[in-house]
Amino acid sequence: MKHIVIIGNGIAGITAARHIRKLSDHRITVISSETDYFFSRTALMYVYMGHMKFEHTQPYENSFWKKNRIELLNDRVEKIDPGKRALDLRKSGTFTFDTLIIATGSKPNMFGWPGQDLKGVQGLYSKQDLDLLETHAPDNQTCKRAVIVGGGLIGIELAEMLSSRNIPVTFLVRESGFWNNVLPEGESNMITRHIREHHIDLRLDTSLKEILSDSQGKVRAVVTDTGEEIPADLCGITAGVRPNIDFLQGSGIETDRGILVNDRLETNIPGIYAIGDCAQLRAPKKGRRPIEAVWYAGRMMGETLAYHLCKKPTTYNPGPWFNSAKFFDIEYQTYGLVAPETSENEQHLYWEDIKAKRAVNIAYDPESELFLGINTLGLRLSHRHFDQWLREKASVAVVLSNLEQAGFDPEFYPDFIREIKTQLTQLLKTT
Amino acid sequence: MDTTTSMSIAADPPAGASILQKVWAFLGTCALGILLLASFNIDLPHRQWWLYGSLTLLTAGIIGYTFEAYKNKPPGIKNDGVWHSSLTNGGLLGWLLGVAITFFYVILYFYPQYLGLGSDGNNSGLVAFFDPLSRLLSGNPASQWFVYGTLYTLGILAFGIKFLWKYRHNRYEKLRTLSVMFFQTAFAFLIPEFMARLNTDDFSLPYYDLKNIWPLNYYNFEQWRIDQFITAGDIGLALLIFGVVSIFIITPVLTYYYGKRWYCSWVCGCGGLAETVGDPFRQLSDKSVFAWKVERWVVHSVLVFSVLMTTAVVHSYLGYDAQKYWLNKDVFLIAVALFLTVLFAAIWKFKKEELQKDARYGAIGYLAVILGLIGIHYLSGSNVFLFQAETLRSTYGFLIGAVFSGVIGTGFYPIFGNRVWCRFGCPMAAILGLQQRLFSRFRITTNGGQCISCGNCSTYCEMGIDVRAYAQKGENIVRASCVGCGVCSAVCPRGVLKLENGPLEGRINSEAVLTGNDLDLLDLIKEEKTWKN
Repeated sequence: MKHIVIIGNGIAGITAARHIRKLSDHRITVISSETDYFFSRTALMYVYMGHMKFEHTQPYENSFWKKNRIELLNDRVEKIDPGKRALDLRKSGTFTFDTLIIATGSKPNMFGWPGQDLKGVQGLYSKQDLDLLETHAPDNQTCKRAVIVGGGLIGIELAEMLSSRNIPVTFLVRESGFWNNVLPEGESNMITRHIREHHIDLRLDTSLKEILSDSQGKVRAVVTDTGEEIPADLCGITAGVRPNIDFLQGSGIETDRGILVNDRLETNIPGIYAIGDCAQLRAPKKGRRPIEAVWYAGRMMGETLAYHLCKKPTTYNPGPWFNSAKFFDIEYQTYGLVAPETSENEQHLYWEDIKAKRAVNIAYDPESELFLGINTLGLRLSHRHFDQWLREKASVAVVLSNLEQAGFDPEFYPDFIREIKTQLTQLLKTT
Repeated sequence: MDTTTSMSIAADPPAGASILQKVWAFLGTCALGILLLASFNIDLPHRQWWLYGSLTLLTAGIIGYTFEAYKNKPPGIKNDGVWHSSLTNGGLLGWLLGVAITFFYVILYFYPQYLGLGSDGNNSGLVAFFDPLSRLLSGNPASQWFVYGTLYTLGILAFGIKFLWKYRHNRYEKLRTLSVMFFQTAFAFLIPEFMARLNTDDFSLPYYDLKNIWPLNYYNFEQWRIDQFITAGDIGLALLIFGVVSIFIITPVLTYYYGKRWYCSWVCGCGGLAETVGDPFRQLSDKSVFAWKVERWVVHSVLVFSVLMTTAVVHSYLGYDAQKYWLNKDVFLIAVALFLTVLFAAIWKFKKEELQKDARYGAIGYLAVILGLIGIHYLSGSNVFLFQAETLRSTYGFLIGAVFSGVIGTGFYPIFGNRVWCRFGCPMAAILGLQQRLFSRFRITTNGGQCISCGNCSTYCEMGIDVRAYAQKGENIVRASCVGCGVCSAVCPRGVLKLENGPLEGRINSEAVLTGNDLDLLDLIKEEKTWKN
């Protein structure tokens, strides 16, 4: 029996812990200074919006951990000493391990903007960030306007959160369309329109220059690169995230942007592993990024590592890419890879219903007619079907002709799939 | 966190209600004020116009208020501020409302004289206030039940319109809400009133809400009902036969194809009220494993109680002599015992695997019924308290019919959620649930690996099912208590849940693995799961 210590109680660390428990009798300790119990990070927004209480974001009852002999320790790891197999904890001092799993997640990017350390400037990642937001923006009296910087998934979530409390939001997006470094033009435009429909003051092609302070060291206004000064009581920084690994400096654990791991999720030091947002694969699969800071990757890494540690050597080999999000009222799903721009190796078949706010974009290789991926907005499709088609390297014609099998909208919904199928099949023939 | 509060039942942001909303709320309150004045016997001239006026105003107030709340927002999920409002988060306002509704139910069930119910139609107060409408519909003076029925129906209609507007992007929600609005208005409210118009001195139809099926309608086979059915000739007999057919044919067939939702969230009046008036409180249901345990014990005990009570009651008025009429006391008891034995044996034989864990409980329930039947046989007519049909009937009527379904079931909406009765008390839901779990095409499927464990589905499940616990493992949700309201699927931000009817094979898939991972790993997991078995 080994003592496996996991730093971080997010989805990666907790998935690893749960599966290690299922597969073995090892002693398991999970250390976190964020919260006592695992919660769903992606659900923090709903707590602020009043859809849920914080405890609703905790997928397991508090008695679960004791029952499954997973020890939880609320403490902060200051240093790792790989030679002594020991951690230096802020409250409890030295803490030894046999195997160490680092799953410390991300933290918001800050790009050295003047004024970024003022009160009222914050990202949205942790439970502490949520508490901070309750302090800075509890209502539209305390926070008369908020400025959000950075047009990604967290930025739009923060905009939705603030507007749920009737706080006016100005949303600075560096790109020419919302998230158009990931989404093709049609999808990006639909979301851009929808953001404005929710009365968000969206500024495209605009970035942050400086954050101005009042006499108390609190945000007073935000200056954009066009020189405009926007009064604000809150400045949300949502320009992406980066691995939360500063505490590893000098530990001998090799890092780049993240903790470098091989395909068995091993760091350069035997017995020390890294999973989730903080891990950076030395050799990612073709078409995949070395750091994938998404829920699903964290979960799959946690599960893989548990098997690797408890059963037999197992490599991290995720299946076809998938992801999902919700932009205000529009749900987004993606299976496979759809590039933001077409190229000679990738053509797109795009369908949209502007009024119903629904869109589908299918990417394929014009040469081989291989199906590459699909984006959907306002429409639910079945993961299993697309996973199978992508693994089997199905042609775009096969996917189109079987599209109705993959519908996942609730019963009685208007049958858009038949229309999509007809139109896109037609489009495929003409191109 | 919870310092901001709002009074809104439409769950608008804590920023508060708009001026127009306040106007609508004021008008609605005025209507309630008129009803209150009438309760205190204030004499209003042209009483019928005050009645119609106040009912219209009440409905308009509710609809106007919610229209204002949602009109500037695009279609989509409208749960902003639900947990910030002390009315909808189980806070002080919720408790006050709960106490007020409970107070109303206590008076309604146990002290109708304070509502103005008089003998022979000599009503006063609130009941008299409703006389004009009752005379218009059935020709008779009102009773406390007519007052209640009218307000109940108006509640379902007005809050139904609110729900339609709230879920205007979701066709499943709209259709099922229109359905409960229709069944309440036509079947529960109007048709029985019109049926009363057919009554003459020598012909009298029983008051019959056709969609109210035994054992929810626990009094349907009591002697006075049977007498009414039989004396009403062919129509009465047809109604009686319909009552039996709806238990043994209509219900099982529809539940097989669509799950219990066809009844609980498309037809039933209790469900109708819960889904419309009760919708703002659905998030208050207890999701703990402990609550689930309590639920199973309590709801199935009520079922056993209702079967025994009905058997005892029917037994009590049947004759002893098989010569006079083929259905005598003994034949009836043996038939009930035989039916239950065949049913239990069939489940045991064909559904053993699904039952493994629950088998013990099923056996206990079965044993309890059989012992009860024996008790009825040997002790009927004696003074043994429990098996006296009349005592059993009145105890059931008081505890289950009035206290549980009315006072607790509805009065406690703002405290324990809107489906307390359906979840813990309804014997009809228990029967439908057993069938849904064992023999139905209905299930909620999950979408591969897309779940992010956010918890919206579990939070908004009015039946207290921890939907997320299944979704995050990629398992189908096949739970006896699920009423198929579809709200888990609606509030899911990642498109994970889908209510479906499909083949029985593979319906319960606790061996599921999450899509998206490495294929070798999936094999490993499957292997692992087979070792365990």
